[in-house]
Amino acid sequence: MRISVTVNGVAQERDVDPRTLLVHFLREELDLTGTKIGCDTSQCGACTVHLDGKALKSCTLLAAQADGANVTTIEGLAVDGEHHPMQTAFWENHGLQCGYCTPGMIMATTAFVEDNPGASEEAIRHNLEGNICRCTGYHNIVKAVKQVADAAAGGD
Amino acid sequence: MWPNKFDYQRAESIDQALELIGDEGKFLAGGHSLLPVMKLRLSAPEQLVDIGRIDSLRGISANGGLSIGATTTHAEIAASGDVQSMCAALASACGQVGDQAVRNFGTIGGNIAHADPASDPPTVLVACGATINIQGADGARSVAAQDFFADLFETDLEDGELITGISLPNCSDCQCAYVKFPHPASRYAIVGVAVCLKMDGDTCAQADVAVGGATVKAVKCAGAEAALAGSTLDDTALNAAADMVKADIEEWLAGDVAYPEAYRQQMAGVYLKRAVKAAAG
Amino acid sequence: MSTRIFGSGIKRREDPRLITGEARYTDDIKLPGVLHMAVVRSPYAHANIVGINSSAAEAMDGVVAVFTGEDVDLAGIPTAWLIPDSDLKTPEHPALAKGKVRYVGDGVAIVLAEDRYTAQDAADAVEVEYEELPVVVDPEAAAQDGAPQLFDDVENNIAFRWVMGDKAASDGVFNTADVVVRDKIVQQRLLPTAMEPRSAMAQYNSATQELTLWCTSQNPHIHRFIISAVTGLNENKVRVIAPEVGGGFGSKIPCYPDEALVSWAAIKLGQPVKWTETRSENYQITIHGRDHIQYVEMAASRDGKLLGVRATVYAGMGGYLSTAAPGIPTILHGLLYVGPYMMDSVYCESIGVMTNATPTDAYRGAGRPEATFLLERMVDMVAKRIDMDPAELRRKNLIPAFEDGYEVATTLIYDSGDYPAAFEKALGIAGYDDFRSQQAEARADGRYLGIGITAYTEMCGLGPSQVAGAVGFQGGLWESATVRVTPTGKVQALIGASPHGQGSETTLAQIIGDELGFPVEDIEVIHGDTTETPMGWGTYGSRTTPVTGAALAQASRKLKEKARVLAAHLMEAAVEDIEYDDGKFVVKGSPDNFQSIQDVALMAHLAWNMPEGMDPGFEESQFYDPPNFVYPFGTHIAIVEVDANTGDIELKRYIAVDDCGPQINPEIVAGQIHGGVVQGVAQALCEGVIYDDNGQLLTGTMMDYTVPRADMFPNFELGDTVTPSPHHPIGVKGVGETGTIASTPTVYNAVLDALAPFGVEGIDMPMTPAKVWQAIQSAGS
Repeated sequence: MRISVTVNGVAQERDVDPRTLLVHFLREELDLTGTKIGCDTSQCGACTVHLDGKALKSCTLLAAQADGANVTTIEGLAVDGEHHPMQTAFWENHGLQCGYCTPGMIMATTAFVEDNPGASEEAIRHNLEGNICRCTGYHNIVKAVKQVADAAAGGD
Repeated sequence: MWPNKFDYQRAESIDQALELIGDEGKFLAGGHSLLPVMKLRLSAPEQLVDIGRIDSLRGISANGGLSIGATTTHAEIAASGDVQSMCAALASACGQVGDQAVRNFGTIGGNIAHADPASDPPTVLVACGATINIQGADGARSVAAQDFFADLFETDLEDGELITGISLPNCSDCQCAYVKFPHPASRYAIVGVAVCLKMDGDTCAQADVAVGGATVKAVKCAGAEAALAGSTLDDTALNAAADMVKADIEEWLAGDVAYPEAYRQQMAGVYLKRAVKAAAG
Repeated sequence: MSTRIFGSGIKRREDPRLITGEARYTDDIKLPGVLHMAVVRSPYAHANIVGINSSAAEAMDGVVAVFTGEDVDLAGIPTAWLIPDSDLKTPEHPALAKGKVRYVGDGVAIVLAEDRYTAQDAADAVEVEYEELPVVVDPEAAAQDGAPQLFDDVENNIAFRWVMGDKAASDGVFNTADVVVRDKIVQQRLLPTAMEPRSAMAQYNSATQELTLWCTSQNPHIHRFIISAVTGLNENKVRVIAPEVGGGFGSKIPCYPDEALVSWAAIKLGQPVKWTETRSENYQITIHGRDHIQYVEMAASRDGKLLGVRATVYAGMGGYLSTAAPGIPTILHGLLYVGPYMMDSVYCESIGVMTNATPTDAYRGAGRPEATFLLERMVDMVAKRIDMDPAELRRKNLIPAFEDGYEVATTLIYDSGDYPAAFEKALGIAGYDDFRSQQAEARADGRYLGIGITAYTEMCGLGPSQVAGAVGFQGGLWESATVRVTPTGKVQALIGASPHGQGSETTLAQIIGDELGFPVEDIEVIHGDTTETPMGWGTYGSRTTPVTGAALAQASRKLKEKARVLAAHLMEAAVEDIEYDDGKFVVKGSPDNFQSIQDVALMAHLAWNMPEGMDPGFEESQFYDPPNFVYPFGTHIAIVEVDANTGDIELKRYIAVDDCGPQINPEIVAGQIHGGVVQGVAQALCEGVIYDDNGQLLTGTMMDYTVPRADMFPNFELGDTVTPSPHHPIGVKGVGETGTIASTPTVYNAVLDALAPFGVEGIDMPMTPAKVWQAIQSAGS
């Protein structure tokens, strides 16, 4: 079937097998391999993207369901070559090690902070339930997200 | 993993959806219950009819009671002021399904059609006396949530029938709560308890209680309700209700190696008390 | 002088490509015409293969070929750690099963198709008829007479029996000791769960007979070695590339059948072939960790002197012996039985047993967590038996500070340590002295707080090669590095090790920057490609910073000496009069008269004016074989609260004081500890493989196997002490595994401390709420 999806601001039209998962559409069809696959069961969050502005696990949606939608992936987060504040915060706070969970972490937490500026550390830890990191022990991820959440609330 | 092959059609209306659906077909809304089992190849429908874009199936209206369209997402329900005021337990339960990304796209209709006993919303729907609205080729019908959930992953839904929405009585004069002991890996409920209390001063005039997670389906718990009704929700009443809830769910218990039936049964008692305390505020 | 780059927590050099999604992991790499491989895997843990019918699969659109074990002419997958004096058996491990399968997931056939969806459809369509055989998954049960036999030539499934220590002397200590405590400890199986699943892609050029294999490897040079052996290709015709690798934790050390199969298929079909495992597949076939059943005893005097430890260990090996498997429950385990204590008697008998389960191998810590756990468990049991505070008992037995070697009963010579300093520092951060009164008050309110302590040391930075040879490791354990400076003064550092998340591109650049004065922005660390990099044995065993780091420091020092001589020559000064100051070679007494390292590099390349006998160019290489292991150490403390109604455990505080010598990048060190602690805590509280009696994996997805989430943990409280390694060029020790080694017993002991009022004596890990609750009920009845 034919679908058209706007990905990172670019309209993309493709023929796909209906069973194609959105994550495979992004990775295989569009070569946007920044979005990762870490599990089979919607637990790990490595595949998180934004669909019409909301965090989505792209392994749990058919590409067909995204027909007509706006998708942002990790590749589309920086604006004019400037890192998104969450990307900067992950870098500055050593919020990543192997980097495999990082795109999903960043996509999930940017959406979270947008909805929850000034979120507490406890709320941040709770909200990370949809994303698994095996390297960092989460300590510095929480620090990074807190930095952006505080800034979003007008703190420093 | 990824699903087996299937045919995909998108329905623009309820009528068209009912027309399109075949014997081996399933309706697809958010897909957040269906696609995971298809990816593990535990389910392989030959046809998916996408109902995700039928406007009439989506949205929340408050008119005496609550009416929630089948393709309304968990996140929308959790954030809805109407749901929060008229059935706080449902808002709470929907806010505890999966994680934020799952709640953004998973729908209430898909959730209850899947009838996972460890999912959160069914327990509240049973406790709070919800009605499931269903449409089939032969017309519309409604069924009480308590009767809708039949057994493990089994519902009253006939082949070709579509859940159009759920209705809930206005519960704003009740005090209701849903509390959950989440499985540390899946985030599904090891046990989830929903209570809905009608208070008359310090006395509980009526109590509705349901348990999920520990059971093969969401179970209404008459014994626990009787133990709470007429009490001041003191420790004696709570302990009696906790004992009764264990008996209420005895025949429906579910468990696994990590969290056996006996443990879940005990936790139903513990979490019943917590739910009552949360509801009573 | 500017701030020293060594010791600075600078941002990581690797992060820009990772936070933008630009990094390329194996599955991200595409080749035109690539075929996708899916593996038909056994659904049974033990069965004879009666027949395979692949005609339906072969007939599917997009399917190119189906092959079975009879078609694949590869040599067996080798075991590379042949421990001596242990009657070791190394049963054959074919890349695809021939006649018999030995665990759920054992490969039976491969399908090659034009896309991965079709490959899986076709794999599902391959019909295999099995004759089921009796199954055994428990390693102790498998070693008994009458147990199902996996291999004809491995009697009682016993692959090896390794003994350390003098049994008669040990018996003497235990027979005369005032106090002997004992326990059966089950070190449950764990799933390493690197977030990136394993993947491999092979391309073969028939004209040049060259094979390129991209794969998720912690050690591409070892992969090259093994792929060469199993395919029969000359090693110089095999190029292994480990591109970005998303974590390993030991699980990407071994060479698996899958890497061999994509290579074979690419050669056979003349097309590139790719395979990427799913998470469910990863849980079935990628190595598991731990799986010990231990019978442990500790002897002590009534007044609290630890006298000895002894253990019988049944170590589950799974269906085949993985690459390094025999070395894990033996060399890397028994040799740690003294820990940080003055204890003169050790004895270990470790029995490696084949079982109908996924093969086990090195998982973060590898043998050392299992040793540290049993020691710390026993020490707490002794404390309880003699009614001594567990901190006091440890304090009384810790080896006093030493700077240059301390030989212990296991024959190891610890390099340096100040265990009491780290111990007291940790107790101070925790406020240990006040805790007991808080605990008593909480108990009076029906709240159950507990504290647990682990004092540890461990051996890492593997290891000298002579020792590797003596213990049967079929490789060296040195590393090599080349520091290459371009004419414009930019640095390429080529290393044989293969980091995959450790931040080594940053840490190692800091070493070079510190030695030679180049800004770290001008230093690229290149790794992960056997054709581009010099030989190395890989990144595991907390060895890349200590071993590769030493090679780089020494190569840098060679360059510095060359630069000094050349600078002296260029400035017409005596070499003795040249002083080095932060990237400059300055004539003593005239600070304006200097040559920068970049100036010298250019002049060395131009070679217009070289001193007599000096070769042109500005590049040095160094092979570094460490003279000993390094021995980091520390003390960890956990405070937990148990909800007696549910058995739920809250980790309230976690204090880690670790000493890895001088810290090159303290932020990276802290990150290693955070991550290590979480993995170790997870073993205590939530992670554990469950098989049923038929060998079916019940924890086969992330729905069932609990990889910890963020909300399980508080912020960690870290401290450090700094005790340099005397034998190391820059004094550093490894820190990749300390967190995992120390944290499991710390949390375990804290939970048992919390449950003391109930009389709970022990709980099998993971201590899930259900088990804790049951233990409270059982102890109370």
